[in-house]
Amino acid sequence: MDLSAINPILFIAGFLVAATPLIFAAIGELVVEKSGVLNLGVEGMMITGAICGFATAVETGSPMLGFVAAAVGGAALSLLFAFLTQITLANQVASGLALTLFGLGLSALLGQSYVGIKPPRLGDINFGPLADIPVIGPILFTHDIILYLGIALVAGVWAVLKFTRAGLILRAVGESHDAAHALGYKVVRIRTLAIMFGGACAGIGGAYISLIRVPQWTEGMTAGVGWIALALVVFASWKPWRLLLGAYLFGGITQLQLNLQGAGVAIPVEYLAMSPYVITIIVLVILSADKSAAPASLGRTFHASH
Amino acid sequence: MKLSALLTSAALALGLATAAAADDKTKVGFVYVGPVGDGGWTYEHNKGRLAVEEEFGDKVETVFVENVAEGPDSERVMTQMALDGADLIFTTSFGYMDPTINVAKKFPKVKFEHATGYKRADNVSTYSARFYEGRAIQGHIAGSMTESNIIGYIGSYPIPEVIRGINSAFIHARKVNPDVQFKIVWAYTWFDPAKEADAAKVLIEQGADVILQHTDSTAPQAAAQEAGNVITFGQASDMGQYAPHPRVSSIIDDWAPYYIARTKAVMDGTWESTDTWDGIGAGMVGIGEISDAVPAKVKEEALALKAALADGSYHAFTGPLNKQDGSAFLADGATADDGTLAGMNFYVEGIEGTIPQ
Repeated sequence: MDLSAINPILFIAGFLVAATPLIFAAIGELVVEKSGVLNLGVEGMMITGAICGFATAVETGSPMLGFVAAAVGGAALSLLFAFLTQITLANQVASGLALTLFGLGLSALLGQSYVGIKPPRLGDINFGPLADIPVIGPILFTHDIILYLGIALVAGVWAVLKFTRAGLILRAVGESHDAAHALGYKVVRIRTLAIMFGGACAGIGGAYISLIRVPQWTEGMTAGVGWIALALVVFASWKPWRLLLGAYLFGGITQLQLNLQGAGVAIPVEYLAMSPYVITIIVLVILSADKSAAPASLGRTFHASH
Repeated sequence: MKLSALLTSAALALGLATAAAADDKTKVGFVYVGPVGDGGWTYEHNKGRLAVEEEFGDKVETVFVENVAEGPDSERVMTQMALDGADLIFTTSFGYMDPTINVAKKFPKVKFEHATGYKRADNVSTYSARFYEGRAIQGHIAGSMTESNIIGYIGSYPIPEVIRGINSAFIHARKVNPDVQFKIVWAYTWFDPAKEADAAKVLIEQGADVILQHTDSTAPQAAAQEAGNVITFGQASDMGQYAPHPRVSSIIDDWAPYYIARTKAVMDGTWESTDTWDGIGAGMVGIGEISDAVPAKVKEEALALKAALADGSYHAFTGPLNKQDGSAFLADGATADDGTLAGMNFYVEGIEGTIPQ
């Protein structure tokens, strides 16, 4: 065992990166679910965003344009889900699963000519002297802009949901779509916008994997992050800050267990491998003891005639 | 009465005729653990499938299902393939072993071929490649080239095939560099690019300047490229897009000749349950071009090692070797038999850490 082999600064900086795709996908899904829609297609939107972002970044040479394309790609795919569930009133669970399968297939098709290409690198933000502060500098001030954007997005979603009229309307639609409809709010339009927001966030999360975390394009490369994001929303009781905590816990413990394995710590590897899941669930379940419930209309189909 | 009997036999004859027509084509199914575009393990199996199509043209029909989880879900996929009329089914991952045996029991007329496992039946063959021969060459290059003396190894699951590879690489790295150490990380997945990249990054952060991988995607190659002065080896496929650096060589699985031979055997009716385990000599394991990033002398030695492994004059597990706990494994000059290799569940002396049980 050689714990000194683990560099805590690189470790923390590493898990901030590892958690970012999860944060994006989960915060987008949180908004979708707050509006009363259950979109199980996160994985499909992520992988579509991953290839849209990758292809655009490679073709234009600009990673930022790549992220924009990823958001557009994810949102475009989510429009399909919005059409199925909001216009044709299809079952949300089935439509979401179909969206994942479709996204995986579509991305494999789009990505055929991008295997083995190295994408342009998105540079870290230059914080000047801040990055030179011992310990804190390398941990907090040596990342790319998307990582900070993720944290800002969590704060933004929290503030909008809690303090603004728009947030109140969104929550009203999610709690009781009939009441919101009776008050004159356009339930379908609001939900469609929420779904598109979720798609855009998932797309950026996917592109973060293909452009920064790995960085390369491989078929099916999101490998289940979308499903973890879905679970995270539920375990975080639909609360943005808890979601951020959960994502960091999950990302942190995932990195920690790899580090411990590398350092040869004598804990059985099976326990290390399952620890991110177990610990994240336990912590979030304990936190959610305050009876915060799911949006009351979650997953229910709305039609104005009801 | 007569009329109905006539009709029945006519219908029967018609049915037989259709069945015969359908039987003209030999249907071959493939079950893959990852996507065909993984650039590694599944990619090579799929190349073998395409070679079967090319070889037999109209006489054969192939089907495949990708991203099939190991375990019960794979049973469903295999059952569906058998029901759809597959004559021969290749199940291409270790974790499909018990599901293959289970499904084979239900379809005695369908032939099954399970890759890298050890359970056979009258209609189940097993086949694998002696990847450990390639690992010996990797170990030699890795041990010669490392400057930090730390070699990172990304394992998938602690199964004999993977442990064999670790041992073989370690033995040959130690041979050229007595100070070399292995850091082994188990990813518990065959395919998860983000996790594989994370594992590679962690190993690099902990000082490794060589990364060996036994997972299927090219993500560790990308992570090594990003880090700069780290070398890697292509796994299962050449991964030549990362040559000449970080990827300095590779193990290439060439399944095509085997898949063609076995499909032919089913067509001819000569198929029998067998156990095939071929290495560099038979061409099932290929060594990808050793790039110029490798010093000429090391490259020469590696090629000599390859030649010796191919003609059988040298065995990758040749004594004297001890097990991790210090007990004797092989006496001086003795070589490991296939049974020991197939069930290998111990590290050789010098490797630190324990194998997850």
